[in-house]
Amino acid sequence: MLRISWVSVFLFVAGLSIQAAYAVTPGEVLDSLRSEAEKSTAGFQGFSATRGENFFRVKHGNEWSCTSCHTENPAATGKHAKTDKPIDPMAPSANAERFTNPKKIEKWFKRNCNDVLDRVCTPQEKGDVLSYLLTVK
Amino acid sequence: MFKIYKRIPQVVAVAVLIMSVVMTAAHADDDNDEDHRGADRGESHNGKYSGEALGKPLQPAQVNAKWKQECSNCHIAYAPGLLPAESWRKVMAGLDKHFGSDASLDAQENKEITGFLVDNASNRWNAPTAPLRITDSAWFKSKHDSHEISPSVWNNPKVKSPANCGACHTKAENGSFNEHDVRMPK
Repeated sequence: MLRISWVSVFLFVAGLSIQAAYAVTPGEVLDSLRSEAEKSTAGFQGFSATRGENFFRVKHGNEWSCTSCHTENPAATGKHAKTDKPIDPMAPSANAERFTNPKKIEKWFKRNCNDVLDRVCTPQEKGDVLSYLLTVK
Repeated sequence: MFKIYKRIPQVVAVAVLIMSVVMTAAHADDDNDEDHRGADRGESHNGKYSGEALGKPLQPAQVNAKWKQECSNCHIAYAPGLLPAESWRKVMAGLDKHFGSDASLDAQENKEITGFLVDNASNRWNAPTAPLRITDSAWFKSKHDSHEISPSVWNNPKVKSPANCGACHTKAENGSFNEHDVRMPK
């Protein structure tokens, strides 16, 4: 009987840690982007929310900027530029689910950077933008 | 008398068996009625679909969760029965350039969703084409020509695009395009 309950406890804890491996905080995402940037960006000086805000607002040679869908206010609900479908706010202060799912973060950075810049974004660019979004109240 | 008592278990068993067969048949009848009613309420009044007697819904009652989640991010998850299998294969093979946007999925997600779309694709497609856009199909055009829909409807900012099914088809997300559910926005 004792053995069975220890097995259940083990499975329960193992289950919790698997969940923990998939759910992250925006701060942890920023940390992991920082360690990527340290490796890939020569003379990396840290992230800048100001640079991130500028990156978020300007066009990068294509028709769309980040704000085309996410609006000028990342704490507001956005709207898909083509379909008008509502998009939940990007700022973690307004939307607790943002930047908590690594798979989703990777998927959407890839898609949106391709749409806005015709290329993937660098860890520096992603970290700047996330730093900016974390400053939005 | 004694012999009959001895047989009671068999009699009960046979009765239960008969009842279950009858009930199953009744259920099957119900389902068929539903299907026919659905088809009749839908696009029965002309022969353009030619296959609606097959009674296959545009969207199965049980949908794939990944399909629903991923395909409804930017637009409604279009019902699998709106295009033939070949169209879905092409759409899903070109998601990195999906009508001007990158909508790429990882290999596992792509495979699962493609399977659902192909398995439930249109079985009433009688044109020799497999368009990428639902709105490019002959049946879409004939159903939405200027006799049916005034040009002012298309120009309404609430409609914005013919791809925006839900602007008028209030149950589009459930794969239902019944004419009785159409509400043109003012």
